[in-house]
Amino acid sequence: MSGAVRPMPDVPVTPALVAEHGLSTDEYARIERVMGRAPNLTELGIFSAMWNEHCSYKSSRVWLRKLPTEAPWVICGPGENAGVVDIGDGQAAVFKMESHNHPSFIEPYQGAATGVGGILRDVFTMGARPVASLDALRFGAPGHPKTRHLVAGVVAGIGGYGNCIGVPTVGGSCAFDGAYDGNILVNAMTVGVAPADRIFYAAAENAVGNPVVYVGAKTGRDGIHGATMASAAFDEGTEEKRPTVQVGDPFTEKLLMEACLALMATDAIIAIQDMGAAGLTCSSVEMADKGGAGIELDLDKVPVRESAMTPYEIMLSESQERMLMVIRPEAAEEARAVFEKWGVDFAVIGRVTETGRFVLKAGGAVVGNLPVRPLVDEAPIYERPYELTPRPAPLARALDDRASEPEPTAVLQTLLAAPDLCSKRWIWEQYDHMVMADTVQPPGGDAAVVRVHGTRKGLALTADCTPRYCAADPASGGAQAVAEAWRNLTAVGARPLAITDCLNFGNPERPQVMGQFAGCIEGMAEACRALDFPVVSGNVSFYNETEGAGILPTPSIGGLGLIADLERMCDPALKAPGEALLLVGGAGGHLARSLYQREIEGREEGPPPAVDLAAERRHGDFVRRQIEAGMVSACHDISDGGLLVALAEMALAALDAGRTVGARIAVPAGAPSAAGWLFGEDQARYLVSAPQHRAEALMMEAEGAGVPVSAIGSTGGAALTVEGASAISIAALRRIHEEWLPAYMAGEVEHER
Amino acid sequence: MKAAVVVFPGSNCDRDVMVALEASTGRAPAMVWHDETALPACDLIVLPGGFAHGDYLRAGAMAARSPVMADVVKRAGAGVHVLAICNGFQVATEAGLLPGALMRNAGLRFVCRWVSLRVEEAGSSFTAGYEAGQVVRMPVAHHEGNYCADEETLARLEGEGLVAFRYVGEDGAADGEANPNGSAADIAGILNSTRTVLGLMPHPERAAEPALGGADGRPMFDRLVEALS
Repeated sequence: MSGAVRPMPDVPVTPALVAEHGLSTDEYARIERVMGRAPNLTELGIFSAMWNEHCSYKSSRVWLRKLPTEAPWVICGPGENAGVVDIGDGQAAVFKMESHNHPSFIEPYQGAATGVGGILRDVFTMGARPVASLDALRFGAPGHPKTRHLVAGVVAGIGGYGNCIGVPTVGGSCAFDGAYDGNILVNAMTVGVAPADRIFYAAAENAVGNPVVYVGAKTGRDGIHGATMASAAFDEGTEEKRPTVQVGDPFTEKLLMEACLALMATDAIIAIQDMGAAGLTCSSVEMADKGGAGIELDLDKVPVRESAMTPYEIMLSESQERMLMVIRPEAAEEARAVFEKWGVDFAVIGRVTETGRFVLKAGGAVVGNLPVRPLVDEAPIYERPYELTPRPAPLARALDDRASEPEPTAVLQTLLAAPDLCSKRWIWEQYDHMVMADTVQPPGGDAAVVRVHGTRKGLALTADCTPRYCAADPASGGAQAVAEAWRNLTAVGARPLAITDCLNFGNPERPQVMGQFAGCIEGMAEACRALDFPVVSGNVSFYNETEGAGILPTPSIGGLGLIADLERMCDPALKAPGEALLLVGGAGGHLARSLYQREIEGREEGPPPAVDLAAERRHGDFVRRQIEAGMVSACHDISDGGLLVALAEMALAALDAGRTVGARIAVPAGAPSAAGWLFGEDQARYLVSAPQHRAEALMMEAEGAGVPVSAIGSTGGAALTVEGASAISIAALRRIHEEWLPAYMAGEVEHER
Repeated sequence: MKAAVVVFPGSNCDRDVMVALEASTGRAPAMVWHDETALPACDLIVLPGGFAHGDYLRAGAMAARSPVMADVVKRAGAGVHVLAICNGFQVATEAGLLPGALMRNAGLRFVCRWVSLRVEEAGSSFTAGYEAGQVVRMPVAHHEGNYCADEETLARLEGEGLVAFRYVGEDGAADGEANPNGSAADIAGILNSTRTVLGLMPHPERAAEPALGGADGRPMFDRLVEALS
């Protein structure tokens, strides 16, 4: 169906209408100046779509410039659909993470599903075949009446899309906090692999006169002003926004992906851009702007699935599974044949011009005529006022209360059963994490690993952050988030290459929120520089606020690392009894902002653990060298829950692999606090297991490298034993670790809000 | 052995099974697009996993009516072996190559995990690489794997030794708990009456090399090569 564009009703642009489009009076004045006249309603809609926070980054742009984006292995940094890094042998990894928070709260299944669909498109638009997806999820308190429904819907939506299209969902993270009661976070990340010399970009360069082609699903009225919604805080009327959530069709996307990748193997495509937020508007403007050109579209040619759509609706629809391409005219028939084979719509809807104008025609008349460059360049940029979060004072902690500390294995049981630390198997078993038959490290470990198809190389992937640290001290928390991603990749033996970020914050018009943002960026930038771990893509999600209450600052970090030879990959599972357990990075003791403090002491106070980036680098590089040299049989980074939780997770990973391997450790006599030593969340630390005959050599080398390593015990038996304290069987640990989430989802556990 | 893998729009394990076949046969199978009307000469036809036609209408229903399926059914009738995995199993039941149907999982959720299977019938080219009673591990990944058939059909399958694989606990005992989808009699895979068509929900191609977590699927491909070359 096409060719039935309904003329726009002659609606005057009033101040009320301007406000409804989320534009301020100043912004509207700027539009009139750029246009040299008052815009019509279609044009107003286009400005609103281009200038909202989601598309223009108007509040964040000045800060994002502070993030390092370059390294010798970076092929393409931020600004394109996804970042690109060199992974050797003429291959590149293409990856990005993006938020779909607001739609997922309103309609969890479709919101999450289309989030996955959107990020997959970002990756295959650049010529890469997607090879893995991850998801960083944050939900409200388990006791909140909506949480269970949101978890069920989001997980089913992610699985429904990823499973069908056949890209494995291999990892991510999931945690709960009351701060997300009204604003959940769904951050979806996809990684693809492409030939390094065949990356596709959006710029319609040297293409004047060439056809603009629309491929994919037909355009409907769904999602109109979705990007504007993502740029507003929620209030009581939010439920009424349900119709602005798009509906995903993974089957169509699978066909679109195969057709695009097939055509990309030829020379037909000059430029390509997916239609994501603000659909046809954003994609055509970006292509024209990056190519220094103009674009003329004939809206009568746009494939539509609803009758009598207006130019306004066609331009702002966020119908899914659509792409815009500029192709070589002589390849048009070849291109059409490829899309016909896959049963995907293919329509020439316009051409590239030299005018620098974005011209829309319908029914033979011009219905919109805007200057391209100012639509992008003149978008407002705000240096919003910010108020830095004051650093919390260190907690005065009595050093003589060792006797009154709770029994270690009892604490361990509480922590392993806690919503944030319990097994997320209920979630990842709903994701096909094995399709494509290259998943060599499944979900549940430090980082997932997928083999680069047909090679011995592996890509290590992680997506996480620790919002409670960011809330307490944004700069430290931002640095910690980057450092932990780097550590997770290191723990499997990967060389960390780059990150993508998804910066989820509250309302940027509040100086405190901008202060959190500024702090997190500062910390991230410092860590990225110190660890040679640049940001190559990402997005910003502001306005995660409901009735004045914002979320915890949550800069999700998606990390990518390269394992040159999978024979040297490491994992957290204990391998055999009788091995030495070595603590790399020094003794712990920092309990402020730890899960121990929250779950056992019932408080969240003090500063988060300090981040020493030089130590982080030194310890991590040392661990990676040991893994590469085959000195280590298992490795796990120490993070949430501290040392004893890390050890328990290593024993549980062994059990998953069919081995019962317990461990026995002793708290050193000199430790000021057993709880601090066992559960402190001090950074830059790893727990490794090594055969006894290698342990000594490893410790000698550590001494030379200036890395503190101490032997804390050995593997063996069927229990975890803390000498002089208590023991718990691995079987019991497993039951405790696995119990909570399925029971919660079945409605079998009650929680206080 | 010459193998042909049918590719439907929405198939997504076609490459995975191609890799596994290539490892066992030393050569790439023919990949046949669904709207072809004839298959090339071959000894084994594979209907791969995925979401053919998006599983819209009913899993496998539209794919069973693809142009190529007429030839698949004809060849199967002439004794060419057919390996139908996951979505392929659904297609095979819809096409009448195997009895019964695959319903929504009893737990109503998609489930992707390693399962233990007991080899119930080693007397076929698909299963001759195993011992009867042997417990093997393979992954499942499906939303509609709940095998159902009427009492008479189930009795016939059991009576004629056509149940190829059954979900069991790690110790080899069928206890229901180990069944990921609620299938009748814990059935994971069945043979047709001539033992030339195998339909199964687990993915042998995802268990064809140790790096993927297990290699219990490999004997199926190796034995097919031996039997059909």
